[in-house]
Amino acid sequence: MSAVGDVFMPEVGAGKLHVLAVDDSHVDRKVIERLLKISSCKVTVVESGSRALQYLGLDGEKSSIGFDSVKVNLIMTDYSMPGMTGYELLKKIKESSVFREVPVVVMSSENILTRIDSCLEEGAEEFLLKPVKLSDVKRVTDFIMKGEGKKSVKKSHKRSRSDDCTPPSISTAFSSVSHPCDVSLPASPSTFHSKKSRLSI
Amino acid sequence: MDRNQSRRQVAAMKQSLFDQGLLDEQFIQLEELQDDANPNFVEEIVTLHYRDSSRLISSIEQALKERNPLDFNKLDTLMHQFKGSSSSIGAKKVKAECNLFREYCRVGNAEGCMRSFQQLKKEYAALRKKLEAYFQLARQAGPQETACRSK
Repeated sequence: MSAVGDVFMPEVGAGKLHVLAVDDSHVDRKVIERLLKISSCKVTVVESGSRALQYLGLDGEKSSIGFDSVKVNLIMTDYSMPGMTGYELLKKIKESSVFREVPVVVMSSENILTRIDSCLEEGAEEFLLKPVKLSDVKRVTDFIMKGEGKKSVKKSHKRSRSDDCTPPSISTAFSSVSHPCDVSLPASPSTFHSKKSRLSI
Repeated sequence: MDRNQSRRQVAAMKQSLFDQGLLDEQFIQLEELQDDANPNFVEEIVTLHYRDSSRLISSIEQALKERNPLDFNKLDTLMHQFKGSSSSIGAKKVKAECNLFREYCRVGNAEGCMRSFQQLKKEYAALRKKLEAYFQLARQAGPQETACRSK
């Protein structure tokens, strides 16, 4: 007689976003992990940009042929980290053909406009001020969930990064169904900055 | 002591920490992340914070000894980490002291840094003592007091 769990094992995390969180602070790692779990995400937490690249297979160690790249729907990274900053990590991700479409959210305790601007220019989805709240995480993850089917709409807002044009459909856990752009921004944008609010200026 | 009395005491203690300006909204945010499966989340986070901050205090102390001249960049970097950790648990007053210290670093004021650091250590120790008492009381009062989220 088989146990309940043996009957049907759905794909791990089916229907859940898989989020990679990067932060050098142990406290912040624990908090962001909790925030993401409460927001029904599968979470992988690493302590540095180089570990993140290693996890994603972007550290040049693995050959691109035959390597099954890990599936990540969102990357949330701290800005100020020793070694590689969140900004540098963001750039590396956006340079990767495999991961450039993955939304990257940058978090920082410092509300420095030039910093925010450079991250958004480099393709960050959002810039969140620390300490990050549950409402921030829920908003971002909700948006990503909806947005998984709207890649073509979002692409037009991005500055073109390179000559080759990657096709909009990338296999994810979600089907690419187009929805009208129905994202509503919260009333007080002071705790976050996103491409949409910038473009509306 | 009966349950209700314990819970009232816990609530009063918490309110007092807020009234004294020692804690801010972030502490509440953390409490809201607690549930039946994670009833001691805030205490766990705060314990992690103590570990990090002890290490950082030692490093800052060491860096302050390496004078002539002081390495303000290094001090600022260390304090940035300390501030971040303090901010993550809602340590309002400690965070304010961190900001003051960083200001002194920015203008290269060694005396200011040292004075500010002494004050910061006092604030940190005071908060730590109060939080330890708070968590002890909260644990005695039972998990219903701090757990806010329903499963």
